[in-house]
Amino acid sequence: MSDLSLVLVAIVVVGASGIPALLVPNRPRNGQWLTTILLVAGSCLGLVACGHALLVPQAEGLAGSFALPMGRIVLGLDGLTTVFLVPVFLIPALGTIYGMGYWSAAEHPQTSRRLGLFYGVLAAGMALVLLARDAVLFLVAWEAMALAAFFLATVQDDDPAACQAGWIYLVATHLGTLCLMAMFALLHHFTGSWSLTPEIASGLAPAAASTVFVLALVGFGVKAGIMPVHVWLPGAHANAPSHVSAVMSGVMLKLGIYGILRLTSILPTPPLWWGGLLIGLGAASGVLGIAFAIGQQDLKRLLAYSSIENVGIIVIGIGLAVLGRATGQIAWQVLGLGGALLHVWNHSLFKSLLFLNAGAVIHATGTRAIDRLGGLAKRMPVTAGLFALGAVAISALPPLNGFASEFLVYQGLLSTAFPETGASLPVAALGAVALAGIGALAVGAFVRALGTIFLGEARTGDAAHAHDPGLSLLLPMLFLAGCCLAVGLYSWAVIPCLLPAVAAWNGLPACLDYPLATTAPLGQVTLVGAALLALVGGLGGLLLLALRSRSCARVGTWDCGYARPTPRIQYTGSSFGQTLVDLFAWALWPRRCPPRIRGSLPPPSWFASAVPDTVLDRLVLPVFRLGNRLLPLVRLTQQGRVNVYLLYIPAMVLLLWFWVMIGE
Amino acid sequence: MTNLGIHLGLLLVLPPLLLGVINKTKALFAGRQGPPLLQVYWDIAKLMHKGIVLSSTTSWVFVAAPVVGLVTVFLAGLLVPQGPFPAPLSFAGDVILFAYLLGLARFFTTAAALDTGSPFEGMGAAREVTFACLAEPALFLAFLVLVRLSGSLSLAGMLHAPLTISATVEAAPLVLVAIGLFVILLAECCRIPVDDPNTHLELTMIHEVMVLDHSGPLFGLILYAASLKLFVLGTLLLHVLFPFQAGPAALDWALYVLELLGLAVVVGIVESVMARLQMRHVPYLLTAAMLFCAFGFALLIR
Repeated sequence: MSDLSLVLVAIVVVGASGIPALLVPNRPRNGQWLTTILLVAGSCLGLVACGHALLVPQAEGLAGSFALPMGRIVLGLDGLTTVFLVPVFLIPALGTIYGMGYWSAAEHPQTSRRLGLFYGVLAAGMALVLLARDAVLFLVAWEAMALAAFFLATVQDDDPAACQAGWIYLVATHLGTLCLMAMFALLHHFTGSWSLTPEIASGLAPAAASTVFVLALVGFGVKAGIMPVHVWLPGAHANAPSHVSAVMSGVMLKLGIYGILRLTSILPTPPLWWGGLLIGLGAASGVLGIAFAIGQQDLKRLLAYSSIENVGIIVIGIGLAVLGRATGQIAWQVLGLGGALLHVWNHSLFKSLLFLNAGAVIHATGTRAIDRLGGLAKRMPVTAGLFALGAVAISALPPLNGFASEFLVYQGLLSTAFPETGASLPVAALGAVALAGIGALAVGAFVRALGTIFLGEARTGDAAHAHDPGLSLLLPMLFLAGCCLAVGLYSWAVIPCLLPAVAAWNGLPACLDYPLATTAPLGQVTLVGAALLALVGGLGGLLLLALRSRSCARVGTWDCGYARPTPRIQYTGSSFGQTLVDLFAWALWPRRCPPRIRGSLPPPSWFASAVPDTVLDRLVLPVFRLGNRLLPLVRLTQQGRVNVYLLYIPAMVLLLWFWVMIGE
Repeated sequence: MTNLGIHLGLLLVLPPLLLGVINKTKALFAGRQGPPLLQVYWDIAKLMHKGIVLSSTTSWVFVAAPVVGLVTVFLAGLLVPQGPFPAPLSFAGDVILFAYLLGLARFFTTAAALDTGSPFEGMGAAREVTFACLAEPALFLAFLVLVRLSGSLSLAGMLHAPLTISATVEAAPLVLVAIGLFVILLAECCRIPVDDPNTHLELTMIHEVMVLDHSGPLFGLILYAASLKLFVLGTLLLHVLFPFQAGPAALDWALYVLELLGLAVVVGIVESVMARLQMRHVPYLLTAAMLFCAFGFALLIR
């Protein structure tokens, strides 16, 4: 059985996994078990097929004998598709196991079946998007995915915040789809075909190709969450159930990235400015995304903004690869795209881990506001350890996986500054400077999250009685953490699996023979990482051994002689982030309500600060409000009376008559 | 092999001496006799033999941070070549690993500061991550200049490139980068004018306030790691500042140690003749360092 047909079977099983639960409405718990088993089984099948396709890469195609309206069913499985299929099968499977405990049918009898159904549909829709090689089929699968995500994000339909975030998502995603429809229609107009294979568009004129590229960038950028078209992302991720956020952030955003890659792979050789634009957009998304994350007080909004940052890093990598394609530099294509694809995997691992972790915190404390938490490391030690691991990984610090992918992108970016590259290309190397800034900001953002939630003392009663979650929540998190460590230490073994995807993207089989081990020696990085772990273990062990025979007094934290310390004097997340938020005030526009002091004996006052989304609050919402005010004028033409509508017909005929007269 | 041994020996033994030299220089400027040159060694040795006092608020992060801090800076020190000799560990892209190892140390130091629940230590941690956000891009701009000059992505290749240049066009960017790197060194090692290691008020510190609650062997490790960081970043700067080679290996080693001690004297002089900047002015200094390095890079784009 070929890999493609195995993947198709997996898609059917995963997509239908929620249906049996609908047939047993009286036994929701059994239904949830059935859904989980089916989804996990289907995903395992899909992962086996992907694993085989990664190790023994071969391009496969399948053209259906029956046609969709306008399009045909054409499927394909190449390196690029396979790389993206892995998180599509892996993360929903782990998420659904997590959902057994987090969103159990016993606690949520009304919504668990709906959630199970659309969870499977979302995963199947995403997999179908990746397989589609026909524009119409692609759009159908794209819509199935977008709508399933809408129903998942609004599963708590009694929560106004979730509903509003869901509507914003729905409007944004359809505006994106509109761009995609225009883009595919344009492509069809120029090439006469709906097919998505490289030979179709190779003869496209530069201006036409650039128009298609820009439309694709906007349409797919909305889904991927590239600034400034990211407006739907923070709200939708924050208000959805945590295992849904994990799939949306860890996997669904990457489908936008996939779209950009698929389109740039079928378009002819790109001009230089495409690469420059991508690197610029990626750098802006990265820096501003993580700067916004530092300003957030909602844990899940923080993670959502950090997704924008990570998408930015991926887009920088893609920009470098496009630059390499424009100049014929194989090294930049392999390092840029290889790094971007590895980061796609890595981000799906550690961001899902962090979202599931956030879910465990919310489950235990009932709040997402980090400034109400604190000291959870003592009550939830396993969760805290896993969060610390995820935080180190997402800050791209060695020896975990985030470092490996950024290492490749850095290598490529720095090599654009080599003496032989001429005068204009080294500008791209400034992307490395942006990446360095992103790295430093990410450390700030995640130390802030880790410190405020898990370290110190509990700030309010919410955090005082928390405890580690049950096995169904812990197991997926442990698995993801293990993956982060494994990919970090074995990145040199993982990266060759991604080279077929690079070759599928640029059509150059030479990429497969690129000497990655000498230009980007991940093996050496692993060596240092292993030395790091060994030395920390050794030195730590020695220290503990030496301390066993010494006195070890436990007292309160040094408070400069202040007699009555309380947990409320701790630095909060807001105060920790304030210096950084001030540094970026030109983009974040933070809101502050300073305390008002009236009279000589002032009454109690309060202080509040927040960092709302600048683009949504200052640009998108005002424009929509203006539209709301002006567009009802159009309704004047809709009187609901037949005679008025009949009047429009002679009026229109008259108008056309005048037009023809003037034309002559 | 001998060179490797000397590298490791100097890396492990010499760093506390630099702090001693800085303190002696400052004392001379102040007209005092000052502590003995080897005082920091005795301090560390004494601390390593003490028991510890742990805050009941803290968790494992607090104990892990000094260990991680020391190990990462030591590994970073293995990547930086000393003098004209090769580094023990060198590969394409080790420059990125170097910067991110220091990042890992910062992650744990600041997390440990938050672990105590003390507002002072939180303040120090917030300042540390804020200034790092400006210092890190400046460091990479400096690296870009060296990449452009050398065509190499390994620290050894990049830092040995200034040895072979001849044209003035190439020397000018190096001067700018040296200034930038010196500011980065002062900021990363928390020296005046960015931070005052001897100030008496917790409110105004950066590094010292983050480690207020560490005691005994844990504090000994922190003190040692801080001197090691000064040593490593100083070595990095010396390659750009003094790209000279004597020839015979013994002479080169002696020259390198002398340069390093000279750098410590310069840091001491800077600390003696300057006041600490106001906290809100530190970003301007770091931005200036970034601009110096950026101009250096711009000069090389032709």
